[in-house]
Amino acid sequence: MPSRTAPGPHQARASFGLKAATLAVLLYLHLPLAIIILYAFTTEDAAFTFPPPGLTLDWFGVAWRRSDIWAALSLSLRVATATTGVALLLGTLAAAAVHRAKFFGRETISFLVILPIALPGIITGIALRSAISLLNIPFSLWTIVIGHATFCVVVVYNNVLARFRRTAASQVEASMDLGASPFETFRYIVLPSIATALLAGGMLAFALSFDEIIVTTFTAGQQETLPIWIFTQLTKPRQRPVTNIAAIFVIAATMVPILLAHRLTEGSGGRAGR
Amino acid sequence: MPVTRRLAISLYRHPRVALLLLLAPPLLWLGVVYLGSLSSLVVQSFFSLDGFTGQVVRRFTLATYRDLLTPANMDIVMRTAGMAAAVTLAAAVAAFPLAYYMARYASPRGKAALYLAVLLPLWSSYLVRVFSWKLILAKEGILNWTVQRLALGGALDWLLGLPVIGGPSLSVSLLGMFVVFLYVWLPYMILPVEAALERIPESFLEASADLGARPGQTFRQVILPLALPGVIAGSIFTFSLTLGDFIVPYALGNSALFIGQAVLAHQGTSGNIPLAAAFTVVPMVIMAFYLLAAKRTGAFDAL
Repeated sequence: MPSRTAPGPHQARASFGLKAATLAVLLYLHLPLAIIILYAFTTEDAAFTFPPPGLTLDWFGVAWRRSDIWAALSLSLRVATATTGVALLLGTLAAAAVHRAKFFGRETISFLVILPIALPGIITGIALRSAISLLNIPFSLWTIVIGHATFCVVVVYNNVLARFRRTAASQVEASMDLGASPFETFRYIVLPSIATALLAGGMLAFALSFDEIIVTTFTAGQQETLPIWIFTQLTKPRQRPVTNIAAIFVIAATMVPILLAHRLTEGSGGRAGR
Repeated sequence: MPVTRRLAISLYRHPRVALLLLLAPPLLWLGVVYLGSLSSLVVQSFFSLDGFTGQVVRRFTLATYRDLLTPANMDIVMRTAGMAAAVTLAAAVAAFPLAYYMARYASPRGKAALYLAVLLPLWSSYLVRVFSWKLILAKEGILNWTVQRLALGGALDWLLGLPVIGGPSLSVSLLGMFVVFLYVWLPYMILPVEAALERIPESFLEASADLGARPGQTFRQVILPLALPGVIAGSIFTFSLTLGDFIVPYALGNSALFIGQAVLAHQGTSGNIPLAAAFTVVPMVIMAFYLLAAKRTGAFDAL
């Protein structure tokens, strides 16, 4: 990144109009989530009157006792964990292959890894769905994981590849020359150098998987992940604030890993962008 | 010599074999499972549904594409493409101030904070962010409350009275849907535009001013053309994501379907996977042309 020279005298400071527009866009991007949090405390059961007629903490107790929420949450956590594992493995392998050799079709691998996130999710979803029905595979946790891992590989791949590019291959050769076994070399040289990239990629994959809904709709069958549960609640005007509490949980479960991943890769060439 | 060590040495001597071992799992997954599914999808679009038995007939036919070209289905395609275009244009305009402020004026710390402020909504809680607008746009909700306070009720009623984009309330109209699509995809536009703006050397702007250009002229003739690759890169996301979405139309739409909803309906309740497949071929083809056109403008360097 070229260092920024001092702005010229004609534009030393942002105009009021630009600042106002910037602030407006920022508010547009972030205020809606505040509304979600506000309505988790409203006393109303079925409407979203503003301002809320009263505030209460009761809905948290109600949500706590709802077994359907717990079931959905548990499924989402299991799916996200399994997805993260698969994405870590496949993403690291693909990054290692693309990094270590120039081979025919190298560009194709990069393209193949990025494709599932570049195409609209519905295409990935229906494609997997039609394959599942063609092969008569019963829906299970693993059909969801297959869908999620397909588009999560790319985040691990990006992070690990960026890290490999900054790590000297001579370290691995030196370790082998000095008599380390392949396992030792991996454990003491390769793993430490890519550890934070793995952690960052893994957390992004977890967050992506945890709130995914489009592909999941096609690969879940009758199972309900937390996003699917929220989606079905959209049409049910009963105990609305409970949906908000689940939504707050999704916000936390996706934002916290992303913030941590951002911290881990800050200024290190790893990318948190898609 | 232990066997693992001998293995390591032979792998070092035969990098092709090592490469193959590394590549096999991701290739099997993405190449076979993913590409295999994609091709089976395209193949299925050339099958048809037997109207009597409700079974898929696995024989090559163009009948499903003929169904796709009926006026009712073309309406769905045009409506979705129109929405994608409108959202993309609006995102390009709305992204500019924030991107420009980030690239030109923000302090390094401020820039990092703004970057995070754009990145978080891009990555997290997509569904929840759509859901939040259900609360905001509801008749009794905060938007209407604000509009009434500002005595703008008449203006809102006029907007909702417009044909096509209007509706009984913002929470069931194309207008409301547009606001929500713009909201969820805007970060995808801001980041590449910011990256493109950041690459414009300060000296270009100074040269333009020194040569007597007014700020407006500099903006139109220097900044805008140089930012264009970033806009195009961002538009790939906003356009493609809008084309394939069914959550927003489901949450805020009326009976007028979008491509995503049509796909969902055909594969689900009616079991017409061939027609659902043909519907998904539409965004694939549109995006293929879009990407080809974008490639010519050099937008991929701005990604």
